[in-house]
Amino acid sequence: MIKKFDKKDEESGSGSNPFQHLEKSAVLQEARIFNETPINPRRCLHILTKIIYLLNQQTLRRMCYLTIKEMANISEDVIIVTSSLTKDMTGKEDVYRGPAIRALCRITDTTMLQAIERYMKQAIVDKVPSVSSSALVSSLHMVKMSYDVVKRWVNEAQEAASSDNIMVQYHALGLLYHLRKNDRLAVTKMLNKFTKSGLKSPFAYCMLIRIASKLLDETEGGHDSPLFDFIESCLRNKNEMVVYEAASAIVHMPNCTARELAPAVSVLQLFCSSPKAALRYAAVRTLNKVAMKHPSAVTACNLDLENLITDSNRSIATLAITTLLKTGSESSVDRLMKQISSFVSEISDEFKVVVVQAISALCQKYPRKHSVMMNFLSNMLRDDYKRAIVDCIISIIEENPESKETGLAHLCEFIEDCEHTVLATKILHLLGKEGPRTPQPSKYIRFIFNRVVLESEAVRAAAVSALAKFGAQNGDLLPSVLVLMQRCMMDSDDEVRDRATFYMNVLQQKQKALNAAYIFNGLSVSIPGLEKSLHQYTLEPSEKPFDMKSVPLATTPITEQKTEIAPVATSKLPEKLAPSRQDIYQEQLASIPEFQGLGPLFKSSEPVQLTEAETEYVVRCVKHTFSRHMVFQFDCTNTLNDQLLQKVIVQMEPSEAYEVIHYIPAATLPYSQPGSCYTLVRLPDDDPTAVSCTFSCTMKYLVRDCDPNTGEPDDDGYDDEYVLEDLEVTVADHIQKVLKPNFGAAWEEVGDEFEKEETFALASVRTLDEAVGNIISFLGMQPCERSDKVPENKNSHVLFLAGVFRGGHDVLVRARLALADGVTMQVTVRSSEENVVDVILASVG
Amino acid sequence: MDSPILVISNLFFHDGIMLEPSLYTVKAVLILDNDGDRLYAKYYDDTYPTVKEQKAFEKNIFNKTHRTDSEIALLEGLTVVYKSNIDLFFYVIGSSHENELMLMAVLNCLFDSLSQMLRKNVERRALLENMEGLFLAVDEIVDGGVVLESDPQQVVHRVALRGDDVPLTEQTVTQVLQSAKEQIKWSLLR
Repeated sequence: MIKKFDKKDEESGSGSNPFQHLEKSAVLQEARIFNETPINPRRCLHILTKIIYLLNQQTLRRMCYLTIKEMANISEDVIIVTSSLTKDMTGKEDVYRGPAIRALCRITDTTMLQAIERYMKQAIVDKVPSVSSSALVSSLHMVKMSYDVVKRWVNEAQEAASSDNIMVQYHALGLLYHLRKNDRLAVTKMLNKFTKSGLKSPFAYCMLIRIASKLLDETEGGHDSPLFDFIESCLRNKNEMVVYEAASAIVHMPNCTARELAPAVSVLQLFCSSPKAALRYAAVRTLNKVAMKHPSAVTACNLDLENLITDSNRSIATLAITTLLKTGSESSVDRLMKQISSFVSEISDEFKVVVVQAISALCQKYPRKHSVMMNFLSNMLRDDYKRAIVDCIISIIEENPESKETGLAHLCEFIEDCEHTVLATKILHLLGKEGPRTPQPSKYIRFIFNRVVLESEAVRAAAVSALAKFGAQNGDLLPSVLVLMQRCMMDSDDEVRDRATFYMNVLQQKQKALNAAYIFNGLSVSIPGLEKSLHQYTLEPSEKPFDMKSVPLATTPITEQKTEIAPVATSKLPEKLAPSRQDIYQEQLASIPEFQGLGPLFKSSEPVQLTEAETEYVVRCVKHTFSRHMVFQFDCTNTLNDQLLQKVIVQMEPSEAYEVIHYIPAATLPYSQPGSCYTLVRLPDDDPTAVSCTFSCTMKYLVRDCDPNTGEPDDDGYDDEYVLEDLEVTVADHIQKVLKPNFGAAWEEVGDEFEKEETFALASVRTLDEAVGNIISFLGMQPCERSDKVPENKNSHVLFLAGVFRGGHDVLVRARLALADGVTMQVTVRSSEENVVDVILASVG
Repeated sequence: MDSPILVISNLFFHDGIMLEPSLYTVKAVLILDNDGDRLYAKYYDDTYPTVKEQKAFEKNIFNKTHRTDSEIALLEGLTVVYKSNIDLFFYVIGSSHENELMLMAVLNCLFDSLSQMLRKNVERRALLENMEGLFLAVDEIVDGGVVLESDPQQVVHRVALRGDDVPLTEQTVTQVLQSAKEQIKWSLLR
């Protein structure tokens, strides 16, 4: 069969691939001609080509690995190969030498490398460029495997770096940097030398620019440093590759001012009119980057960018348009959007994401344009790039309340015909959250119930949950929702039936508190924590029912953070439920016997620095709050290499009625190895409102001097102490953030039994934004309903905060703010516990 | 107030990632024919470890590039520079942070070297008749992802394939070939 095709191909003449139907056994048979004497070079060459071609194809790939493996075992033959290659690499024929070196290094290992070390050193400084380059590049490949051997060739590489050949220069520089990159001083010296002497190779210049900008970044060198001057001087290099590398390096530097950017931007501007597409692309892509931080710096290029929006390379056109969208005025938005719609189907997925992101940014800049953009996006939804767009629409809805109804309507249309289970459930969740609070909730019911009828199990279950929220929020819809629920209870899937039955029973109670707790706001505990607590509970049979309040709370609220739009390439990773930072602390603390019996860990603070940077000892403290105790964890690092510290504790003197009950020392603290010691403190029982306290802290320890080189300590030591900065415990340490997706329902759930209200004047605060920020960080509570974002040009704002107080009591705060010569704030606090309300109000005042 | 605008687009350009200065520039060199079938493919790192992924990537590249002659594109997070001639498509692929002009230099060098070797006759049939020249040329231009040479004259000189039959007087080379052949044969027949 194959033969026949072959013949036909040959007959038809052109278009056939002589290698297409190669059979490996036939090729091996042909390989016999290697045995002929005299050898026929032309035929051998042809067969070797066939072999390499076959190796390139997938069928023989694995066979090839097998062969190499088999060959590697037969060491005598490797020696034959090695010795002939060694002979070739030192031979007279220059054409063989480079490839021989590269082939040899590919099959050699560390022990054999030492055998050929002498040849390698000679080859690196060989006067034939191809030999020298081959040796340098092969050395670079081998650094990973045999760093110690290659390190000895630094002097040869140094010599090669001053070669006249541009590629040898480049390779030598690359190898030198690779060998020295962990030694900042050596890198600096090397840079100084080469930036002064000047190199011929544009490739080497690019490498130098990269090394210089990395060094600038690491040393946080200012832009007056000679390194920055060097990079800037490269903008005047005569090779475009170098100029572009320098411009790109400057643009990517953090904290560049517009003035420092200007020269880079003007060379990029020149490149925009280059006849080379790659150069235009590089330029506009970099300008796009500049426009994100410094739109004004790019305005000068607007004219050049306008010329690129019709570029035949759609990537360039897209980048030009999205850049203009960032720098242009509101009036140009319509025109640009029209232009981009004309070729949106031709651009690659990566750039569709760029477009969508640019639009998302634009919606925040020009909220009035939301209808144009919504239309554009929903047209794009018919393409296959749905995920990013749905995310974008959702973020617009969340940012801009006015767009909510149009956005939800577009999304409803979308799920009518959506095969993505994940997207459908996401949208249903959003509909459940936002839909019930729109003026006409009934119009969404139809879309949601259609999902129950038509979709897969996961989507049906999400639809049931969404329906329940409509029933819970809107009394007049409740009877119809109950009818629909009844139908869902006959679903074929267990999960859907369970949810329907559960919601049915909750809804029939018609109690707001139940609705809030079980339909709107769900659980706020940490999932790994819940699993552990339940497991513990089953191990120790007890009469008491399981107490949810004993479960640690989830530390990071899962939703309502900014919806981030990730490129699809990265989002294919499965999301794992990693243990949170707090779960890790919980584990660590539980392993210390003194801390058993404290109950579950309630909250761990962010680390607080108790020393200045760059002091002898670096100490930071993490405050762990339990229901009746606090544990202070001091992470200490000894930065003196001539000291070994032992029995390290941090002594604490409280200003209030807090009682220190236990010090747990860090046994030893050798040079630069962090260790932790702990102090256990009991919170005052009699006065629950005493939540804030200041501790003066002193670190006490036994010093043993030691030899800085060996770390061998002296036999005797002496006691010493070191005064640390004071540590504050504030009300925020007693409250854990909890997100209530539906704050109103939670507010009703807690009820007004212990409601208190007070008015404060915040004289020192100038803006509402500042006031909101201050309150959130002071109370350490979670802002709900996106109320942390103050709309522009408003004189009043309402902030909703939710949290759980130590001991498991829900606490909710509603703060009404008004702006007039400073900010006036009316705070209303609700909680299930009266003390908590008092604590909050007392601490605010 | 411009902070949210920043947050969104930075994801795309990996803001703040300081790339390690390195000589490893090229991720892959590909040559496809006008049906998108692979004539030559060399991948220098494990971005696409399996042949299946490689073929899928090549298919994607071909679909996105064969209709337009626009030299450069961003695909699957990689920068692709390309060039077509009659019935051949040449691609050089690097990271999206790579200097585009450097990749372009590699592509131009490859194309110009082949053009000289094939006497300006850069098309599928001529290339297939000179596969060995192609293998050797790519080997001289890129070694393990490092740009080895960017001057087509030098490459052609080093390949030195055209002209007379290379005299295989060096006995050592024959030895190598012989033992390699023996080993391949034995391991396959085993």
